[in-house]
Amino acid sequence: MTDVAIDARELTRTFDTFTAVDHITFDVHAGEVFGFLGANGAGKTTAIRMLTGLLRPSGGSATVAGFDVATESESIKQVIGYMSQRFSLYDDLTVRENIELYAGIYGIPRAELRDRIARMLSQLGLEKSASDLVRSVPLGWKQKLAFSVALLHDPKVVFLDEPTSGVDPITRRQFWEMIYEAAHQGTTVLVTTHYMDEAEYCDRISIMVAGKIEALGTPAELKRNAGVSSVDDLFVKLARSA
Amino acid sequence: MNALLGLLRKETLHILRDRRTLAVLILLPIVQVVLFGYTIRTDVKDVRLAIVDPTPDATTLGIRARFSATGTFRTVAVLHSASQLERLFQRDTAQVAIVFGPQFGETLARGDAAQVLVITDATEPNSGTGRQNYVNAVVQEYAAQLAPRRGDIRIETRVRSRFNPTRQSSNLFVPGLMAMVLTIVSALMTALSLTREKETGTMEALLASPLRPWQIIIGKVAPYVVIGFLSVIAVLVEARLIFHVPMRGSLTLLLFEGLLFILVSLSLGILISARTSSQRVAMMAAMLATMLPTLMLSGFVFPIESMPRALQLVSYIIPARWFVQVTRGIMLKGTGLAFLWPETLILGLMAVVLLVASARSFRIRLD
Amino acid sequence: MARLLRGFSMRRALALAHAEVLHVVRDRATLVQLIVVPIVQLLVLANAATFAIHSSPIYVVDMDRSTASRAVTNRLQASDYFRLVGYSSSPGAANEAMLRGDVSLTLTIPHDFETQLVRTHTSVVHLDVNTEKGSAANIVQSYAVQILNAYAAELGAEIMPRESRTGRIVTVARDWYNPTLNYKHYMVPGILVALVTIVGTLITAQNIAREKEMGTLEQLNVTPITKAEFIAAKLMPFWVLGLVDLAAGLLVGYFVFGVPMHGDPFLLFFAAGVYLVVALAIGLWISTIVETQQQAMFVTFFLLMIYLLMSGLFTPIDSMPHWVQLASELNPVRHFVTIARAIIVKGAGLREIARPLGILAVYGVVVLTLAIRQYDKRSA
Repeated sequence: MTDVAIDARELTRTFDTFTAVDHITFDVHAGEVFGFLGANGAGKTTAIRMLTGLLRPSGGSATVAGFDVATESESIKQVIGYMSQRFSLYDDLTVRENIELYAGIYGIPRAELRDRIARMLSQLGLEKSASDLVRSVPLGWKQKLAFSVALLHDPKVVFLDEPTSGVDPITRRQFWEMIYEAAHQGTTVLVTTHYMDEAEYCDRISIMVAGKIEALGTPAELKRNAGVSSVDDLFVKLARSA
Repeated sequence: MNALLGLLRKETLHILRDRRTLAVLILLPIVQVVLFGYTIRTDVKDVRLAIVDPTPDATTLGIRARFSATGTFRTVAVLHSASQLERLFQRDTAQVAIVFGPQFGETLARGDAAQVLVITDATEPNSGTGRQNYVNAVVQEYAAQLAPRRGDIRIETRVRSRFNPTRQSSNLFVPGLMAMVLTIVSALMTALSLTREKETGTMEALLASPLRPWQIIIGKVAPYVVIGFLSVIAVLVEARLIFHVPMRGSLTLLLFEGLLFILVSLSLGILISARTSSQRVAMMAAMLATMLPTLMLSGFVFPIESMPRALQLVSYIIPARWFVQVTRGIMLKGTGLAFLWPETLILGLMAVVLLVASARSFRIRLD
Repeated sequence: MARLLRGFSMRRALALAHAEVLHVVRDRATLVQLIVVPIVQLLVLANAATFAIHSSPIYVVDMDRSTASRAVTNRLQASDYFRLVGYSSSPGAANEAMLRGDVSLTLTIPHDFETQLVRTHTSVVHLDVNTEKGSAANIVQSYAVQILNAYAAELGAEIMPRESRTGRIVTVARDWYNPTLNYKHYMVPGILVALVTIVGTLITAQNIAREKEMGTLEQLNVTPITKAEFIAAKLMPFWVLGLVDLAAGLLVGYFVFGVPMHGDPFLLFFAAGVYLVVALAIGLWISTIVETQQQAMFVTFFLLMIYLLMSGLFTPIDSMPHWVQLASELNPVRHFVTIARAIIVKGAGLREIARPLGILAVYGVVVLTLAIRQYDKRSA
């Protein structure tokens, strides 16, 4: 197993005449927390949809956990987790039923299931809500639950598309603790976010502007090179120049 | 007024941008006319006939030749015994069977009564009866020719078909079809588009704007009135060109009655949207409350007189029933308000009551 | 097909199917759609969808006022088919009643009716048939002519006793399968087919469109679930529901409307099982070409309307133009209507329904394959 979890080379996606992702090249190491930054419409979600096998690339190549995005998308799906910006657990199922559904889909052995669910619920502090409909669970808990479900099958890489939008600051902090915990266990995390303070938590970040990656490196490196004091300033500077 | 125009523009854009729905809206009346025109027919033709003739002779062959000569019957099997008939009927290979008694010709020559058994597939009773009558007529005609009896009493019937001399079903369903199309466009689409605004939360934004409630209603429903009118005209033109459906009365009166019916349907649509919160529920309510009754209880396809008393009573409160009656009156009979004033009055009353009710339901939501 | 089934995991399919059942049970709108709508439709439609003639309103314009003309009027009035709503000696009121649509038939008896009968043994009457009632008009007319002929024959026998015996041809009529000429026996099986079709197609199309709208479909698409598993899981619950609906409908038909079951119920359910695959696959195909639930509803509604009207469900296929009959061979609903009526009403066995059943099976494989191909976990 290579220690490169994601490797994108000149990855491109066009819709009719519009180029959403324009020849992006980057790699993510195993166990890294990689921040994928950019304004709305910069192409982050399109890039993630290509890497997760939801969208066919128009050009370039990429591998995820060693599998080719263009030809082995079904193999990729065995080893990745995904949490989209739209909350995507079933509203009308209970917390436990949602977990059981994905456990069944990922083929988690029945023998382990009880323990795993119990452990997950206690980590989330959701023991009492296991039989509540997801609809009635507060948004912050839902997001954490969705993240836990995405990690249920111990994926090698997990993609988080704006996981913390609309969530209060305390929950956001808890969420990032969960991300670190997952990375510590060896899971590679690719996360997109609007919040520039969150970018500082990442091992490395990339900033996309109009479909291109304009900056790539550790937050400290990037700030130093651009001569700014925060990622926020860096972001504004890049966006202006575009 | 500018705000209202803006709303109208927005609503029109909604309709124009949703290509799939627009396609259905445009195709619906056009396809429906063709479909109904060619499928809702009950003529007796091309009847599949099985013959059981255990002892063929000159008489039975003569009768069989008669059947071939009519052009209405197609002989699918000639059998010697009736035992195979059941299978033919179950496979739908045969629709009618005539079974000659044994020694048919001899019996007749002896001066006895010779029996012909006419078996009909009566699964669909009216077609069954129709075919049976046809077979009987052919046999009797032959019998009359065989042994003309002097001094037989005859009552000749001269039949005149009123209003639809060619008895074309297309002439009958076009009025009903207009009711149907208007219900879909006015009631269903209005209910759906208003509920969609509720679902997406844009209704609150509209209500918070300086627009008056009546302006919002007009802005939302006006495009559907236009589409409704266009559909009616499309149906009329098509019915005229393809099926030569007549227009014996006044077109102006017809369009006026159409407007009344559109108002009734729109109000129903608004009422439904006021009581439902999701598009799915609105869709179902509109189906149950407006489309199914229009299709089933308006006399459009099935004659009201054939229904049980209870359903006939229900049909009185169904606007489409009156509209269908009015349009048939105008188009087929050429009657005017002198005859149609009761129906027009009922439609008018319905329109007033429902408009008031829907305006009120809209206002209640404001508070 | 074999390629599609590679790596099929029953566990994955069942996990998703289980969730699907929970969706249905918890969503009131779906439950209403599955239970209330079909039952209301069956109850109302079975009563409303009838072309049967009984006590049809007629008007007699009797200009003769003779024994014979009154006898004719009495005959008509005595029959179950007719109800005399007007009787006068001038046509004015009759014409108005006809224009108002209050009568289905006007019989005009001329002033010399009896005289002519006595003198020439032949007399003429006029029947004005209100053809705005559609096919009912033909039946009304034939009933009236029958009654008049019967009267003439009787009169003939009375006036001229049979002198010499000449041979006669007697026709004896038998109405097979529906001897009481009950329209419900015809409509109920047809309505059941319509219900099974609507449930199968509409619910499937709507269900997947809803997952698209909510974003849960995307979540499923990044999991290793295969197309075949996804489709099996989606279709299984609705397949079962369709059969349950059919069973409920048959029971209502039997107990409420007295529609008997002449054939083998298991054969019917077997055929329904095959048919439902077709109906569900069409729903699945629709869901792949639409974006929203509203579109799913409209497209389904549109297609079903065509299918149902061209199925011979309401009006016999044999009365349609030749090209429509040919086109209807492509219509799965038509074949299942044929099968359902053959089994329920005529007591047909497997041999008799082999052809339509075979066509349905082929249809099922084709549509399912097309739908699965069209359904793509990844957008192009």
